[in-house]
Formats: sequence, C-alpha cells, structure tokens
Amino acid sequence: MKQLVVIGNGMAGVACIEQILKHEPKFEITVFGDETHVNYNRILLSSVLAGEKDMDDITLNGLDWYQQNGIGLQLGVRIVDIDPDGRTVTGDDGSITEYDKLLIATGSSAFIPNIPGINKKNVFTFRSLDDTKGLIERSRPGMKATVIGGGLLGLEAARGLQVQGCDVTVVHLTPTLMDKQLDVVGGAYVKSKMERLGVRVMCGKSTRALLGNGKVEGLEFIDGETIDADLVVIAAGIRPNVTLGLKAGLEINRGIIVNDHMETSHPDIFAVGECVEHRGTTYGLVAPLYEQGKILAATITGNKGPTYEGTVQAAKLKVAGVDVFSAGDYDEHSIPGTEVVRYEDAALGIYKKLTLRDGRLAGVILVGDISDSGRYMEWLRARTDLTVMRRSLLFPEPVVAAGDPGVGVAEMADGETVCGCLGVTKGAIISAIHENGINTFARLKECTRASTGCGSCAGLCQSLLKAVAPEFEEETKKVLCGCLPFSQEQLREIAKTQRLKSVQDILDIYGNGIGCEVCKPALSYMVDVIWCGDHEEDRSARFINDRVHANIQKDGTFSVIPRIRGGITSAAELRKIADVADKYKVPMVKITGSQRIDLLGVKKADLPKMWADLGMISGQAYTKGVRMVKTCVGTDYCRFGTQDSTAAGIELEARLENLFTPHKVKMATVGCPRNCAEATVKDIGMVGQEGSWQVVVGGAAGKSVRKADLLITAETTPEAIEACELFFQYYRENGNYLERTYDFVERIGMEKIRKETVYAPEPVRKKLLARLRKAKMLSKDAWLERDTPVSPTQFVQIQPMEAVLA
Amino acid sequence: MSWIRITEIENIPVREGRAVKIDRDEIAVFNLGDRFAAIENRCPHSGGPLCDGIVSGATVICPLHGWKVCLDTGDILKPQVPVRVEVYPVRVSGGVLEVDVPERQPMEDRRRGVAA
Repeated sequence: MKQLVVIGNGMAGVACIEQILKHEPKFEITVFGDETHVNYNRILLSSVLAGEKDMDDITLNGLDWYQQNGIGLQLGVRIVDIDPDGRTVTGDDGSITEYDKLLIATGSSAFIPNIPGINKKNVFTFRSLDDTKGLIERSRPGMKATVIGGGLLGLEAARGLQVQGCDVTVVHLTPTLMDKQLDVVGGAYVKSKMERLGVRVMCGKSTRALLGNGKVEGLEFIDGETIDADLVVIAAGIRPNVTLGLKAGLEINRGIIVNDHMETSHPDIFAVGECVEHRGTTYGLVAPLYEQGKILAATITGNKGPTYEGTVQAAKLKVAGVDVFSAGDYDEHSIPGTEVVRYEDAALGIYKKLTLRDGRLAGVILVGDISDSGRYMEWLRARTDLTVMRRSLLFPEPVVAAGDPGVGVAEMADGETVCGCLGVTKGAIISAIHENGINTFARLKECTRASTGCGSCAGLCQSLLKAVAPEFEEETKKVLCGCLPFSQEQLREIAKTQRLKSVQDILDIYGNGIGCEVCKPALSYMVDVIWCGDHEEDRSARFINDRVHANIQKDGTFSVIPRIRGGITSAAELRKIADVADKYKVPMVKITGSQRIDLLGVKKADLPKMWADLGMISGQAYTKGVRMVKTCVGTDYCRFGTQDSTAAGIELEARLENLFTPHKVKMATVGCPRNCAEATVKDIGMVGQEGSWQVVVGGAAGKSVRKADLLITAETTPEAIEACELFFQYYRENGNYLERTYDFVERIGMEKIRKETVYAPEPVRKKLLARLRKAKMLSKDAWLERDTPVSPTQFVQIQPMEAVLA
Repeated sequence: MSWIRITEIENIPVREGRAVKIDRDEIAVFNLGDRFAAIENRCPHSGGPLCDGIVSGATVICPLHGWKVCLDTGDILKPQVPVRVEVYPVRVSGGVLEVDVPERQPMEDRRRGVAA
C-alpha cells in the first residue's frame, strides 16, 4: 500500500482524509499534528471561551476514529523539513518518515504585528485550544482585557472574555469593524450592538506599543492616547503557514499555489485549506476547506476529474445579540453598474443590503436578522436570475399554506446548507434520514452532526424531519406560543448557551421580535432563573402584578398581603396592620387560607405608602413565586408535636422568600402526622414524626387535589430543609412556566427527581444549592421599590400638564 | 377637538401604558417604542384598566380576562366581538406627549351612541 503523509491535524487535513477514505485505492495514512489534541472544531473555540462548551465538546474526530480507520497519528510532532526528491519528511523529534504522496494542511497562524512590547506576559493569540485554555486560566472577573483587531475572530474573543467577566475593549485599525465582511453602515450596526453588550469599541486606532514592565499593563496608540490593560489578545488577522512549502521548493505566493485539481507545482505534493492560494485567493473560513478536500481526495487517489472553482466567501458571526452574515462582493462601488437594494431599521438594529449585477446577486450583508442567509447564499451559488423576484428580494415570498411544515424546507435546493456550522446540506440530511431510518431530532443530530454547533438551524432540521421521515416522532415538546417556534426546554437551552439575558433579545433573535402575554412573562421567568437573578429585567414583559407587586382585583384595585413567616405574628404587628387598614380606608381585611392577612381594595397609588407604613416585606401573594410556609403549633405548645414545625417553617420561608418559581409554591411544615397544616397537599411539605422528617413534594388542594409524593426521609431539620431546597431549585430550573409542582413531578417522575436532587452526586447537589444561594443573594424584597421605583410613574396615575376646561 | 399636553415622554416606559385622567374620562397612553398611542382606559368586557396590560406589537391585552385590543383602531381582536374602545390621536411635541381629546361630549354618552 502506498504511503500518504499528512502534515497538519486540523479541520482541513482531517476533513480531506475523511474524503480520501471514501475513494479507492487505499493509502497507509500517517498524520502529524504539532498540537497535542485530536482534531477539534476550531470555529467553536469562541464557544469554549464563552463557557458554552467544554473543551471535550468540540472534538471532531476522537482517537477511536483514527484507530478504526488505521490512521497513524503523531501528536505533538512538528514537521520541520521536506525532501521532495527523497520523498521524506523530518520531524522536530528527529524522526524521518517516507511518503509516496504528501498532503500539506498546515493552516494558518495568527498574524503578530510588529509592535514593541508584543512579547510581554499576558499577551495572547486566539487560534488554538491551548490559546483558549491560557485565556480562560488567565482571565478574571473585573480584569481589563483588550482585543487588538475588530474582525470576526477579535469580536468573538471579545465576547468570550466578556462572559468570563472581563471589562473588554476592542481596538481596531480601520474605522469599520469587520471591514473584511461589512461596509461602513454594517460595521456601525455591529459596533453599536457590541457596545450595547457592554464591550467598549475603539476604531481607527493604531497601536504604537504595549506598555508594562514584563507583564502587559496597557496600550499606547499612535495618537498618543493610552489605555490600561491587564490582558491583550492579538486578533489582527491570519497568515498562511507556507514555510514547509518553501522548503519543498513549491510555487508560493501568499499561500501555496494550487490549481483547480488542488495540485501544487510538485506532482507528489498536495495542499489543502488555509495554507493554500487558489486563483489568487486564500481562505480563512470553514466552508472552502470542505469543498477543496472533496476535490483533492479525487485527485490524490488517481480519480482526477472534478475541479475546484473557488468558494463564494460567506461569514456568519453568531454571538449573543449580534447576528451578522456577509457573502460575495457587497461593495457597490467596486464595479460600475452594480445596483443596491437596502433595508434599514436602526431601532431594531436590522440592516440588509444586496448588491446586484446583471439581474443576479453579487453580494449580501445582513445584520440583526440573518434568517434569509440560506436563500441568498443559494442565489449566489446558483447565480439565480432574480428579475422576476425583484420586488421581494428582501422579503420572503408569502408562504402559501401556513402551518404546512414542508413549505419552507421544500423551497430549499438539495445543495443548500441547513447547518452552517458543520456544513450539512439539505440533501445530506435527507439521505441520512432515509439510509439510517432516522425518526427523532436527537438521532438526526447524532448521525449528521447538523444542529450541534450554534443550534440556530434546529427549527429547520425538525421541519425537514417532519416532511421527510416516514415515522417522525415529535419529541415531547410543545411550542410556547406562536411568537417563538421553540419549546420551553429549548428556550431555556438557547438563553443559557447564547448568553441571552433579556426577554427582548430572545424575541428579537429567536422569535418575531414582538412577543405576547403568553411568552413575555414566561421568558421573564426564564432569564431570571437561568441567570440566578443576574439578568436584564424588563418590566414591560411582566404581568401588571409583577410591575406593581400587588394582585390586581376585578375592579382594578389591588390587594396587599405582607409576609408573615410561618403564620407567626405578634400583637404589635397586628396593631400596625390595623392602623394601616384604617389610614387607607381598606374596604376589606381578610384572614387568608395561608395563615396571612389580606388587605383588599387598595388603589395603585397607595401601594408604596402602605408598604412603608407596614414596614413588612412582600408576601409575594401576587406572583409566581414563594407564597408561604404554613405551620402547625409544633412542639412549643402542642401536646402531640414531635418536631419543631414553627421554627422549621420560619427558617424554610426565610431561605426561599423573594424568589420566583414556574408557578406559585405553597409549603407547609407539620410537627406530627396529624398534619394540621395540611403539608401533604402542598407543593413542598415537611411532615414531622418521631426522630425524622418526611419531605413530600407535588401535593395540591386547589383545582387539582393530589397527595404529595415522598421525596426523602431526613433525620435532622437541616437535612430536611436542604432536601426542600434541592427540590425547589430543581423545579425552578426544569419546570415549565405555569407548571405547578403536581404536574411537574408527574412529567419528570419521582425516581428521576430523587436521582437528580437528594440522591445526586455531591458536586451536583452543591451546584444546585450554589445557584439557589446566588439567586437568593441577588433577590430582594420587591416592596423596596417604594423608595426606588423602576420608573417615575411606576405607581402613579399621570396628571395632564395642562388642566382641561370642563 | 383640542390637543392636551400630557407628560414628558420619559414618564412612559417603552412597551408600557399609563393612565391619565382628563376631565371625567380616563385615557390609557402607551409607548410602543417607535411611537405612542392613546385609547380609552376601560376594557369593554368588564371595565379592566387597559393601561396595565401587556403590550404586544400594536395591541394591548387586558390584565383582567385577556381581551386583546388594537391600539390603532380600538377594535377587540380577541375574542372577536363587535365592540370597540375609543382611540385618540397622539403627537409628540418638544418631548411632551400630547393627546387630542374631544371637548364636549363625555365618553359615556359616546359609548351609548356607538352601541345604539
């Protein structure tokens, strides 16, 4: 068997090997990689930096893949020389390896500008897994991080560092961010979006020197301005790695020159990926690598025929809140006769521009809404004549039969890319469905890898499945509402992985941008719980009760229920409540079923004054949150009490109060199995017995009546309270909005709940509790807004500035 | 008809409504982000305060029973019933929201007029 040696274990080299394996005759393959990792997805490094993915998650081909295909893998060995006549390569470990065919896939390196001080400590590039590891290890919350270079990679690095908690500045040489992909207007949109995310952007800034003594401390620009920096990332572009090509005597310009068959100037040596130059172009994106690899595989195995014609360059930047797509030649001034179609909505941050030549698409820029990128890409590839579509270039044709999932996907050509991250086409998905009998989305992801990158094509993949798979099994998901085509579970995942912290961002990016009374409160809850209260609160997305922290009544007045932990009050407190009821002429004072006192019929404008006079905290009786812990008399006075239910109840309420939950949470603690406070029909209950507590969950005595299930029997009160907390946080994180615990426990199943809460491994329990503690720490008594209202008119009725004549 | 100066626009948060008492009538004014709207602050269903509803595009959902009211036409979109609420022209002048309210006829009489 002939020997094939591949220099470079990156995406291009390995993707090309995958193609070569499909051809005959077979080679004996040896791969050299100077990194010590198996082949990984370099485009997802930013997701690793942003903490969305672990390093292991981005592995493309694990060691078993190399073994199964009989490929020799030499990791950590850098090839330093090629002898094209003797047909050998020399490694930096002194090894000499013979080859019959040689494939150079050395990729590119970060371009390091010649700036004094560039070798100081804490100056990084952002190209490899090791770079990323270094950045994660070195970055600390509050650290000042500066990224030199506002291109695609620089902005991704900036966002990743920001998620690590750094205070990030992007410094860019030209006046326009991403100037390789965007025009001036598009660059300005991206700049303002980055700034909205909290990243400082400085354009038109040339760095003269990196300052600091040994360790970097700041940057000095040519205009004399200086800024502080504890950490600097260089993302000033990439340069093809051509040194080995030079040593082998290959024809080189910017990259190793290859022809349309991907041959270099030497018959036994081939090259692929970012290190090559084809028809005067070098590439730095992933799609061309795959296309080149296919052609090269045919050529190198003696099946020469297909040719590489170059790739329409397309770039997609996908970081939270900033969606950018750019492809082709979008510069209307580059060739006379170019026409421009443009759409702008500054308030929504949407910018779309198409350039047309001879009735065909020449280039496209999309900012803020990239939902049509697939269609434009296809028009570019196929050079579609757009004359008849001229009036609707920026808007999709109206869908004929709404509700038919096949329509959108049916329009797509087979060659059109569905998953941009992993380069999976519609055709590939369809044949995978047929060949492997795929009938679930999970299996589709497993087999094709589609939708395992950024996940934005999930909807499209599912529609394809629905349309093509004979026995499509809809996963147990229900779309929240018509505004967003996702289940609550998917939305939680999206908000988490895309680091979305506001309702409007989720609606803008993944929904119709508008939202309704169903999704807005649900999303409000989600961002609160996912970020443990460290989210961007948007009161307009809340129901009125959560805007004014009181329960609206049928006549538009409100009710006030202060918190009385465990139902234990005092004469002084009761007197105060009575005084407040008198002062504000409260029409009805009622003892509630929750051992609390309700003041009904209160005017909105009186709410803050009443809260101040009461001097008590909110009882959250108006919201989906912690209602109360009802208690029985317990051991203090009761003849039968076996556990101190009042103390335990007060403690439990204090620990959980002010937090929000998918639906209201009512709790109770009782000192003996006589169950006087009805703990077995509460969302969470603690039932005392001699020597232990039974912790029960999922009970109800409202519209549904359900006896709670036993979660665990705990020997001590702290253990019992911790079990309540574990379940409480688990329900917060996994319950759907408006799903009561009695539905939740039936949907998930008690066995699974126990396994993932009280019986979970210690680190899992610790993390659950840590998130609960963080949320608790950031929570506060809503009634404090009496002193610091979120808007000057939060509680008031506006008085017209001009009196009106009657 | 006359334009009445209501309040500085900052006093109405984006995608929220506020009640304004003008004479005996109560009007709900809304900030829709790119423009403002004003309607009668009384849901035809059971009198709910529309100013307290969640805004969804150019509609508001009554906080009491979920009736959906179009802020441009005053039509009830959900459920589909042939009643409507009064809509008032608005404009912003010098950072102040102004509403055009009819001077004479009180709202109650007009509503009866519509129903008849």
